[in-house]
Amino acid sequence: MKKFTVHQGAAAPLRRTDVDTDQIIPVRFCASTTRDGHADALFADWRDDPEFVLSKPEHRAATVLIAGSDFGTGSSREYAVWALQDYGFRAVIAPRYGDIFRANSLMNGLVTVVLPVTDVEWLWELTEADPAAAVTVDLELLEVRAGGRTFPFTLDPEIRHRILHGIDPIGATLLHEEDIARYEAARRPALPVTG
Amino acid sequence: MGSTLAQKIWASHVVRKGDAGDDLLYIDLQLLHEVNTPQAFDRLRAAGRTVRRPDLTLGTEDHNTPTIDIRRRIEDPEGRRQAELMRANCAEFGIPLHRLGDPGQGIVHVIAPELGLTRPGMTIVCCDSHTTTLGAFGALAFGIGASQVEHVLATQTLPMRPMKDLSVTVDGRLPAGVTAKDLVLALIAEIGTAGGQGHIVEYRGEAIAALSMEARMTLCNMSVEAGSRAGLIAPDQITFDYLADRPGMPAGDAWEEELAHWRTLRSDDDAVFDKEVVLDASALSPYVSWGTNPGQSVPLDGRVPAPGDFAGEASRAAAERALAYMDLRPGTAMRDIAVDTVFLGSCTNGRIEDLRAAAGVLRGRKVADGIHMLIVPGSARVRRQAEEEGLDRIFAQAGADFRAGAGCSMCAALNEDRLAPGQRAASTNNRNFEGRQGKGSRTHIVSPQVAAATAVAGRLAAPGDL
Ligand code: SF4
Repeated sequence: MKKFTVHQGAAAPLRRTDVDTDQIIPVRFCASTTRDGHADALFADWRDDPEFVLSKPEHRAATVLIAGSDFGTGSSREYAVWALQDYGFRAVIAPRYGDIFRANSLMNGLVTVVLPVTDVEWLWELTEADPAAAVTVDLELLEVRAGGRTFPFTLDPEIRHRILHGIDPIGATLLHEEDIARYEAARRPALPVTG
Repeated sequence: MGSTLAQKIWASHVVRKGDAGDDLLYIDLQLLHEVNTPQAFDRLRAAGRTVRRPDLTLGTEDHNTPTIDIRRRIEDPEGRRQAELMRANCAEFGIPLHRLGDPGQGIVHVIAPELGLTRPGMTIVCCDSHTTTLGAFGALAFGIGASQVEHVLATQTLPMRPMKDLSVTVDGRLPAGVTAKDLVLALIAEIGTAGGQGHIVEYRGEAIAALSMEARMTLCNMSVEAGSRAGLIAPDQITFDYLADRPGMPAGDAWEEELAHWRTLRSDDDAVFDKEVVLDASALSPYVSWGTNPGQSVPLDGRVPAPGDFAGEASRAAAERALAYMDLRPGTAMRDIAVDTVFLGSCTNGRIEDLRAAAGVLRGRKVADGIHMLIVPGSARVRRQAEEEGLDRIFAQAGADFRAGAGCSMCAALNEDRLAPGQRAASTNNRNFEGRQGKGSRTHIVSPQVAAATAVAGRLAAPGDL
């Protein structure tokens, strides 16, 4: 889990909806067995299109991605999150996400902010007009700041706490080992086992 | 106020209520395949942790596996490495694994039911979004990412926040020739690819009660394409009959006890859903996709839509992109779309019933010249059963390419089966995303019946057209 408190950086406006995880990282790059080294695979099938936002020199160094609705739908591949992080993205802003992608991103400390469509459109215009415009994602104050405006957002308090402090969720669960053992002892005996 | 089925299953798996409204849920079964898992095992080892319940965990090899000759080693070195790591990791932690060549091997969502491991009321997870398939048994089954896989390996639990409930009631009966695949495509076209987001969808009504277990699996499989995390169907006599024939079922009094328990697993009459959708099955006809997400589907009787047919700038822009990618012109009759390849298989439609349906269409007919029809069984067991029933001979006579090995094949395009750039397929899988079946590939999602008829006609067709 990457710790995250406040991040400020340039943003890439990705004016597309329904960017599924097959687009974020095509499956042929998911044969790798490591968590890192996926930067070049990010949006691999779009990267040679000069019109694609990350092909434009002025957006190449972006660390915040601003996308349309339903970003990260489809496959559960966590590679999508790792590729975004390897490329350098620390946060994504979109009106809506695929459920599994969102859970994966927050497990890895990639902050996925939900803002209304109109705010996302405003941020698209801002960052298209001024690619160097600083966009701040503040997890402590739960707000995005850019172009003199402030956009509040919400996040599950438990998840926010974990990301702010870089807490390992497995370690946190294992503190309740006794509860798990007690539950296990009371399970229905006929439940199947695999071997 | 009563409870929904999803709420009942959820409540019976809460190990501990969190302070911030999240629950620690016990997981009855974790399924693994060779993609999406090596990283979980690496971190588990690095943290000095172990697998808490290898006996509630099962692995299979499906995504990378060759299908032409199962003795052939996986050509792609990285794919081979994934399979090797899967074997090493399962051996190290004592997790049973169905390797390629085992009689129980196959696509993870196909073999788990065959092995009798998916039963009503269970919680089931897998590193794969189509785990929703298993909700057909009245189990709460959902896909998770690699970090959550690691969490379940180490603790057999998952912290989760309760999800909302969506009820999809399908009244009436499906007309002859209309399948669960058509039903789910019509549903997604109606509610959109985000229609079920944040929800567990429960399918109910007369049309659902009439579906076989296999058709129910097809329906629940594509729940994730409607954006939902899980799909559910309350267990009934059809479920119990399917389970009675599976290995490892309790016998005698223990079976009766399970039955009595399973019968309680239904939404109460006064349960309240967050959202409700009602469909009329009798009004449906075969559906096919035209675009690059499963919501971009129309009846086979219909035409390719124009961007202007859609409300909202985003939908119009998406339609324009999809038309360009699919190289289709608005107004073209769906039946005029010619394909190069037909793929019958995947966790959506790679079960015996799907192969039977296709064989019914192919019997006494020939696959059209220049069309490659690839049939890949969802599991080794499906392959054996098809042989026992003589389906392999029907496929051979028709000139279809019925593969020896089971796996994801051209659905994942990770093994040797993939489309070349610009090639067009009628495919029984679940996703028509850009590049899904190979870079630059074009996919039309169809039912097994439409797939078989399309193979014969050379263009999108229903059996009635032949
Ligand atoms: S058949 Fe396709 S959708 Fe199903 S598990 Fe395999 S790759 Fe995923």
